[in-house]
Amino acid sequence: MKILICISKTPDTTAKIAFTNNNTKFAAEGVQWIINPYDEWYALVRAIELKEKDPSTVLHLVTVGGADTEPIIRKALALGGDEAIRVNLDSSDSFSVAAQIAEIARQGYYDLVFTGKETIDYNGSSIGGMVAELLDLPYISLATHFELNGTKATVVREIEGGEETDEVLLPVVVSCQKGMAEQRIPNMKGIMGARTKPLKVVEPVAITPLTSVVAFELPPAKAGVKMVSPDDPAELIRLLHEEAKVF
Amino acid sequence: MSVLVYIDHSEGHFKKASLEALSYGAKLASQLGVTAEALLLGTVSEDLASLGAYGAVKVHQVGQESLNQLDAGRYARLVAEAVKATGATVVVIANNLCGKAVAPRLSARLKAALVAGAVALPDTSKGFVVKKNVYSGKAFAHVSLDTAIKIIALNPNAYPVSKGEGKAEVSALNVAVDPSKVTVLSTTQASGQVPLTEAEIVVSGGRGLKGPENWGMIEELAKLLGAATACSRPVADAHWRPHNEHVGQTGIAIAPNLYIAIGISGAIQHLAGVNRSKVIVVINKDPEAPFFKAADYGIAGDAFEVVPKMIEAVKKLKGMA
Ligand SMILES: Cc1cc2nc3c(=O)[nH]c(=O)nc-3n(C[C@H](O)[C@H](O)[C@H](O)COP(=O)(O)OP(=O)(O)OC[C@H]3O[C@@H](n4cnc5c(N)ncnc54)[C@H](O)[C@@H]3O)c2cc1C
Ligand SMILES: Nc1ncnc2c1ncn2[C@@H]1O[C@H](COP(=O)(O)O)[C@@H](O)[C@H]1O
Repeated sequence: MKILICISKTPDTTAKIAFTNNNTKFAAEGVQWIINPYDEWYALVRAIELKEKDPSTVLHLVTVGGADTEPIIRKALALGGDEAIRVNLDSSDSFSVAAQIAEIARQGYYDLVFTGKETIDYNGSSIGGMVAELLDLPYISLATHFELNGTKATVVREIEGGEETDEVLLPVVVSCQKGMAEQRIPNMKGIMGARTKPLKVVEPVAITPLTSVVAFELPPAKAGVKMVSPDDPAELIRLLHEEAKVF
Repeated sequence: MSVLVYIDHSEGHFKKASLEALSYGAKLASQLGVTAEALLLGTVSEDLASLGAYGAVKVHQVGQESLNQLDAGRYARLVAEAVKATGATVVVIANNLCGKAVAPRLSARLKAALVAGAVALPDTSKGFVVKKNVYSGKAFAHVSLDTAIKIIALNPNAYPVSKGEGKAEVSALNVAVDPSKVTVLSTTQASGQVPLTEAEIVVSGGRGLKGPENWGMIEELAKLLGAATACSRPVADAHWRPHNEHVGQTGIAIAPNLYIAIGISGAIQHLAGVNRSKVIVVINKDPEAPFFKAADYGIAGDAFEVVPKMIEAVKKLKGMA
């Protein structure tokens, strides 16, 4: 069993979001970078669990990004995973990123490709579906449980107001969210081991981007909260009805 | 040339998010001087011609019952066929669970630019630029779609449904449907409930409510307001509430007209999932709770005293007491 896990880097969940260069660039100064939570907690940890069950499993991590993503991929290797591949391309175009991942997947003959549900910065929720299409593989989005049985996988995914259990032949692309696994903390042995695990850097294949970001914008500041006395909740209901007109 | 709007459905009914997408698509079509057409895969109990009231001139259907089950690969192939048949230059699809599975596949299939999570109509004054949510609701990006065919996945609750008069012309789209590669073993669905992402009002509870036994008043308030219920992450983690109610950075992102947060501190990861709500009400006994900074209305008080009084007031307002 060979699994490819897609790892991206995102600003820490508490990072202040601001922009520079006339609102065209994220203000990265002083920002702490983390592994995108969905990639780490769910995709990667579930893959590690599969390897723990079947030690012959091979886990490869892929990230598409500049050299500044290496600390993140090392951290991912410290959690688990056998080797990592970095495709040396810094792009905000989902299709360009997906095409690189598809290329790596094609060369590596993986049985499974795991992505996170979405990046918490770009919120595209797109890479998994694009990779699946480029590889002509089935795609199970927003999975909450994943089990292997031989050449098949049983996957539970979120549907509106409920869940659906699917069975699908490998290979398959799966986007992972809460429920797949529990967050783990890397141990000392993992951290030491990660230093010597292979991290291969490859150059990107040529792809014409389909999109480009023209500018960023921050939402307008809230006008401020209107406080109502705790003795008069009826006044709150009146305001919501007559002033905010929300019901 | 046309704007093709994908219509998602469940339990025989059109999804509200898709009616929003159609209203958006019809507006965009008139902006571009073309017509809006709709595409439905599978079968519904509603009258397809009624989509005309939301601006569709034609409705194309691939009416196989097997298509009522989502298979992203199959759907993307069929939508691509429909794009070809209608000569569509823009595809609009709701950015709900179905849209998130299908739109990226369609984008890769057609090599067509996709904006996932659009919140406004495109700016066509210079190219084709669409505003989308980024940084989990903390900012917007203006994304330029640089290909001839463009795909817009519209966030639920970002554009109002506009309903007028009119009937659409309905026709069957003649395309081959290949067998699904995904076998559905079972589904569990709470029917009749308002899905969280589509709800106009959401009543949400946090750790301040002390335990699952205290959710009665949350459910009662929600029911009175026709609202969905939600919760913070620790509440779902402690199994006080089901996981599909968890909102925030790692849960569901919502954008209702009204979000009522009760006993929730307002951590940045929680706000990331709810900060797109139009009106936010916070009930918290700590006047320093960070949530008040993001709120429009607030009461600094004990939820166990305040919420029952809110329930009474709503009942009175609705003439029930
Ligand atoms: C990477 C990451 C991702 C995360 N993702 C999410 C996410 O998606 N969603 C999420 O919610 N959290 C998320 N969290 C957790 C988040 O940081 C907070 O810990 C969490 O939101 C706190 O939940 P809470 O407000 O219910 O509980 P608490 O922070 O414990 O707050 C309880 C509040 O209730 C108030 N209170 C107590 N008693 C009463 C009473 N009687 N009446 C009224 N008010 C009362 C208190 O004053 C307090 O403000 C994430 C954290 C991390 C690190
Ligand atoms: N630059 C990247 N390198 C590797 N994987 C990525 C990258 N960007 C996104 N992904 C993967 O694709 C998922 C969805 O990302 P997105 O479509 O940007 O929301 C993420 O959770 C990652 O698993």
